[in-house]
Amino acid sequence: MALRQCAIYGKGGIGKSTTTQNLVSALAELGNKVMIVGCDPKADSTRLILHAKAQTTIMSLAAEAGSVEDLELEDVLKVGYGGIKCVESGGPEPGVGCAGRGVITAINFLEEEGAYDDELDFVFYDVLGDVVCGGFAMPIRENKAQEIYIVCSGEMMAMYAANNIAKGIVKYANSGSVRLAGLICNSRETAREDELISALAAKIGTTMIHFVPRDNVVQRAEIRRMTVIEYEPNAKQADEYRQLAIKIRDNRNFIIPTPITMDELEELMMEFGIIDQEDESIIGKTAAAEAAVA
Amino acid sequence: MAALTREETEALIQEVLEIYPEQAKKDRAKHLAVNDQSLEKSNKCITSNRKSQPGVMTIRGCAYAGSKGVVWGPIKDMIHISHGPVGCGQYSRAGRRNYYVGTTGVNTFGTMNFTSDFTEKDIVFGGDKKLAKIMTEIEQLFPLNKGISIQSECPIGLIGDDIEAVAKKANKEIGKPVVPVRCEGFRGVSQSLGHHIANDAIRDWVLENRDGDDSFPTTPYDVAVIGDYNIGGDAWASRTLLEEMGLRVVAQWSGDGTIAEIEKTPKVKLNLIHCYRSMNYIARHMEEKYKIPWIEYNFFGPTKIAESLRRIASHFDDTIKEGAERVIARYEGEYQAVIDKYKPRLQGKRVMLYIGGLRPRHVIGAYEDLGMEVVGTGYEFGHNDDYDRTIKEMGNSTLIYDDVTGYEFEEFVKRIQPDLIGSGIKEKYIFQKMGIPFRQMHSWDYSGPYHGYDGFAIFARDMDMTLNNPCWKQVKAPWKTDAASSEAVKAAA
Repeated sequence: MALRQCAIYGKGGIGKSTTTQNLVSALAELGNKVMIVGCDPKADSTRLILHAKAQTTIMSLAAEAGSVEDLELEDVLKVGYGGIKCVESGGPEPGVGCAGRGVITAINFLEEEGAYDDELDFVFYDVLGDVVCGGFAMPIRENKAQEIYIVCSGEMMAMYAANNIAKGIVKYANSGSVRLAGLICNSRETAREDELISALAAKIGTTMIHFVPRDNVVQRAEIRRMTVIEYEPNAKQADEYRQLAIKIRDNRNFIIPTPITMDELEELMMEFGIIDQEDESIIGKTAAAEAAVA
Repeated sequence: MAALTREETEALIQEVLEIYPEQAKKDRAKHLAVNDQSLEKSNKCITSNRKSQPGVMTIRGCAYAGSKGVVWGPIKDMIHISHGPVGCGQYSRAGRRNYYVGTTGVNTFGTMNFTSDFTEKDIVFGGDKKLAKIMTEIEQLFPLNKGISIQSECPIGLIGDDIEAVAKKANKEIGKPVVPVRCEGFRGVSQSLGHHIANDAIRDWVLENRDGDDSFPTTPYDVAVIGDYNIGGDAWASRTLLEEMGLRVVAQWSGDGTIAEIEKTPKVKLNLIHCYRSMNYIARHMEEKYKIPWIEYNFFGPTKIAESLRRIASHFDDTIKEGAERVIARYEGEYQAVIDKYKPRLQGKRVMLYIGGLRPRHVIGAYEDLGMEVVGTGYEFGHNDDYDRTIKEMGNSTLIYDDVTGYEFEEFVKRIQPDLIGSGIKEKYIFQKMGIPFRQMHSWDYSGPYHGYDGFAIFARDMDMTLNNPCWKQVKAPWKTDAASSEAVKAAA
């Protein structure tokens, strides 16, 4: 099987890292050889696989050694649960330097050092919340990830972010081979969440590949720095991640997305009662002004 | 070849523009003009200080070049850190020939390159800590430095390093001026914004240092020379004339200059501006804040020198006015001998210029003193106030070109066929290969000084030895000359 490279995007805090690690563990359980590349200065994309607080990152090792050229692959690549290979690009603390450049440098290093060997079946890039600059679009450039999965929920801002990410994909899809492969709904238990995300997916031109319900076992596993797959393989939630893994393994529905306008998105949310019909008479009115009228 | 008429020059511009696509043609047309001395304002005929069109081979530099290369770099007793990757500092090191007196590496640092040598990790993690460390090391290794400036290269602005905070902290620790300059190369359309940013940094971080301190004894004859970078010794050849007429030059900005001179400048009576383009900003600031008047002057060629000396003297009492006359009289024999020697060899020769700063207008007088005529001129990074000052200096119907493109310059030269071109190093070999004598007028082609009476003698000699060099007779291949010589070739065979 040829190597498939997938990138996971989505609004900050939506559960990308948790979902990715559980999904990857399930893929490994199915006998796939998988690597995770964390593309976030926080470096929390591999902790559940490695049972670690935070993996030592490519950029911090490079800073210590002098330059990235002084590093060897085995310095940065750790193997965890299920033979999953783990690397973290790393980057600066908030407020200094350029995290985007860190992602670019790290991915270039992995390519040059031959981290993407023939034995791998999947590479997953777990990317920081928003595509704020070119660096965080690195995983979807030419010859890198071809499949993008967007993690979202039925909350307004998560859907807004998903649509925005779809816009970013269009830019790279038209000039390369990157495609949107589906939305993963990580449930926040909002009303008619699965229908809403399915409807959004349809409008963007893709599908909701799986609905991952909310379950506290995920948090219990996290506290132990483990995935659900490893912590409690018999849990119902572990089966959800296994289903997601099978769907992704068998997925062939790769498309150039058709992101919708802000108005269309709002209409969709009104339809599902997420937001009310816009009342233009209240715009710009303070509470005091409203009280005076009433 | 006879001079072009207004109609012919206009037709030439139209012809040259013809090759451009519509949008580029529309843009470039605004930057090319036929001179009309009757105009008072250049914005009637030319647009300047705009973004260059992509793909046209503009000759411009960047904001870093304007700040580090022009304004700050020549201040000899400070260390100027090229903050960012190594190339900007190293490939511009010592290229401008700003002469200075001192022991390099001990109390002066003009030709050395100090850089923070950014690598990947500095970009990713930020360079503030490294910068702070460099300044500590500078203090240890070069204790006689009188201050440090931080010249930002592009990445500093992109990654958002807080060099101001680092500078303030270092200033407290080492007790010397530490000046952060936000001259990232991508800012603005040319090096011109870099000059402005550099002037502003002097205003904000240096100029106030001696406010309220009257310990420096002043005289009624104190002046500052502003905008002379001492290329090939220019400022020295200028300063001597000012001193001979009785003035006291308190500061040289910035050729062979020191930070102490700059700090003392607010105490002078008059600011003398040579390069208006790069330093008018600080002169205007000092006028506003310290009520110091400023005037422009021109020390190229005896006519302009005499005019300028008298104009400078008019701001002072009779002692200085007499001094100016004395200086002019004293050098008369000397410069007349230069004119007598070279004018017969250069009379009637036509020159095209394309340079930066003040030279596209300031050197015209020196050529005219030698009987030559400037038939085309233009600025790399001039603004419209430069062109305002150029209209009256150039003859009617001559060609004026702003931010000229490689293509336009070549086509203009092909048609106008000047006897001499003065421009930069990138243009030099193209025109020499076309068989046209060329002087590199940025750093005086490794010669100089050209300012003052001393400089005029060297200027005249250089123009003569370039223009009348026997090599130009050898440019044409023997089989491409007239029939008679091809007969001679046959006979020889």
